[in-house]
Amino acid sequence: MAIEIPENVVVSRLDSLASWCRKNSLWPMPFATACCGIELMATGASKHDLARFGAEVMRFSPRQCDLMIVAGRVVMKMLPVLQRIWQQMHEPKWCISMGACASTGGVFDTYSVVQGIDRFIPVDMYVPGCPPRPEQLIQAIIDLQDKIQAEGTIGGREFAMRSRQQPKRALVELNVLSLPRGVSNLPQGVRVE
Amino acid sequence: MSVAETKKKTLADLAGAEARDYRWTLNFGPQHPATHTTLRLVLMLDGERVVDAIPDIGYLHSGFEKIGEHLDYNQYVTVTDRMNYISPLANNVAWHGAVERLLGLELTPRCKYLRTIICELARISDHLLCNGAVGLDVGAFTFFLYGFYQREVLYDIFETLCGARFTNSYTRVGGLMYDATPLVIEKIRTFVRTFPKTLDDMERLLNRNRIFVDRTKGVGILSKEEATNRSATGPIARASGVTRDLRKDEPYLAYADFDFNICCATAGDCFARYLVRMAEMRESLKIVTQAIENLPSGPVNVGIDERTTLPSKKQVYSTIEGTISHFEMVMANRGFTVPEEESYAAIESPNGELGFYLAGDGTDVAYRARCRPPSFIHFSLFPGLIRGHTLSDIVAVLGSLNIIAAELDR
Amino acid sequence: MIKPETITALGERFPAVRFSEFRDQQRAAVPAAELAEVFGFVKETQGFDLLVDVTCVDYLNYRNAEDRFGLVYLLANTTTNERLTLRVYVNEPNLSVPSATTYWKGANWLEREVYDMFGIEFAGHPDLRRILLPDEFTAHPLRKDYPLQGRGERHNFPVLTREEG
Repeated sequence: MAIEIPENVVVSRLDSLASWCRKNSLWPMPFATACCGIELMATGASKHDLARFGAEVMRFSPRQCDLMIVAGRVVMKMLPVLQRIWQQMHEPKWCISMGACASTGGVFDTYSVVQGIDRFIPVDMYVPGCPPRPEQLIQAIIDLQDKIQAEGTIGGREFAMRSRQQPKRALVELNVLSLPRGVSNLPQGVRVE
Repeated sequence: MSVAETKKKTLADLAGAEARDYRWTLNFGPQHPATHTTLRLVLMLDGERVVDAIPDIGYLHSGFEKIGEHLDYNQYVTVTDRMNYISPLANNVAWHGAVERLLGLELTPRCKYLRTIICELARISDHLLCNGAVGLDVGAFTFFLYGFYQREVLYDIFETLCGARFTNSYTRVGGLMYDATPLVIEKIRTFVRTFPKTLDDMERLLNRNRIFVDRTKGVGILSKEEATNRSATGPIARASGVTRDLRKDEPYLAYADFDFNICCATAGDCFARYLVRMAEMRESLKIVTQAIENLPSGPVNVGIDERTTLPSKKQVYSTIEGTISHFEMVMANRGFTVPEEESYAAIESPNGELGFYLAGDGTDVAYRARCRPPSFIHFSLFPGLIRGHTLSDIVAVLGSLNIIAAELDR
Repeated sequence: MIKPETITALGERFPAVRFSEFRDQQRAAVPAAELAEVFGFVKETQGFDLLVDVTCVDYLNYRNAEDRFGLVYLLANTTTNERLTLRVYVNEPNLSVPSATTYWKGANWLEREVYDMFGIEFAGHPDLRRILLPDEFTAHPLRKDYPLQGRGERHNFPVLTREEG
């Protein structure tokens, strides 16, 4: 159904108009869990004002947003909630993983913290830092705006492209079933691919 | 009839609530706009009246206490920052206070004064955000922005002091990371001079504001006996009449040298907690003013005989004791020795009594590092406070309890 | 800080209690069978009305340890500012102690957390279930035989891709 277009083909005028509109009115959905949430609030406050970049309102309803900013560590109890909220957002949607904990697990390499939300959610932009300064987050949003302008199509075809689907090599980790089955902690330990 | 009378009348009707057919269950969280933290409440509502609220927490449980058994005493301070993340310096001071108690170390006077100053600045920062969040959830956006602007000024001070806006990890065993430079002292003096005006502006906005007072007065009342029986401490207990403040009752650091008051109230409702926090900010300002004018000079870390802090480079390169001390601290199979004992030490953090129970096992990694979390204990108060109130009172009560999810779940 | 009268009163009433002191903190090791009475005694007669914390230490890897789990109850007296630490030692398979919720309601969540993290059961607790970890979780993570990175539970979730999600 969709024509496979390589990533560096210049899109048409209508597409670039649609991308321009979308990039300049990104409404963030702050999925703030921990300390990065405070820096996210500081970015939205008066000194580093995020509303200048089109993020006029921080809507907390996923049905009304197009940018999910995951700020803070995501633990295994919270991950199904994160996935459900991602699924509830309408397309076109993007995701920024803010901070070290959301990107890779950060300081917390423990039994309950997910080592990077990109294992379970498609992420467009990573912001390193613990916590990242508000200027870094604003830079990430500007870079995401450039990305949307460069790749955006009016029909959202860029989301179906095969190149976005390949799991990155760094994400391939040890197979859970190959761990020694001693005292198991789960009634069933099957990983769904 | 008045607001208070309406509430009393329907509370009596709640006994017959089972018979009605407009009782329903609402899931509140863990992702919701009302509060800034990931906690979940399952609310049983009768129309808009809350019949019961069942908390469900653990959505930010990261295994802090397990990490404490793998990082050494100077590395773990970075993790303590991420507990009560709106006043991280207070957590650092609490952690190292506990470690120094276990080791039996006595700090230098300059270190004690500096730690007191940063604790009080962290208290101002915490109360600004807590009251700002209460204001924001109740609808007062300008109040929130005023508070946040002053927090940016505080962040500037912290950044000049130690390089990070928050999550500073500023303390070390036996001292601090860096000494305070004259620039920082000047910035603190400027802050102390200009902050009271903002505090006056903020009070003028909300103290006699009809909407705010009606939304918070008489809401979420906690009695004095309930407060102590349910282990509440800090501004929440003081707003209910419990006159306990560790800065006066068990003075630590340099608090015994300063002249300040403890702020208490008797009403125990959300408005009282708001007023107690605003008054505590003024007292903190008094402490900072006195401390910054009388800051003793001298070294900020303990001497090298204690073998707990890294000596200065001049000592390392020119004296044999400095070299040996540096070697002992840095080599992987050495480090400092800790008694094989257990102890507890607490400070009066902005949220309540924050203490660490440490079990040492001889090495410089703790055997057990338990954090006594005020937010966890205060959240268990919540179902009792909210019964009988309406859905819109939930945010006011939750905000006034100052629940920080990272301290709640650890 | 504690008054000597409190220690003598406690020692006379319960002769099986072993006292020790470290860094100006008084500890009292209580046998598990007498724990409920000790709670009543210190709360009603000695005035320890504030339960500061309930926690546990797992002595599996500790040198010279006699018992596996050591429960810690930190108590405070708000009128005289005294502090007391009660210690109770339990071993497997008998991991059950009386609950403190009848005396201090603040013990409710604190004991649930100790149950969640260590597996100690509190007899008489109104609602003993997991509080911080998901209900499906079967291990007790703060025990010393549980690894820091866990046993694979943290990544056992379906993956959402752009195409489907």
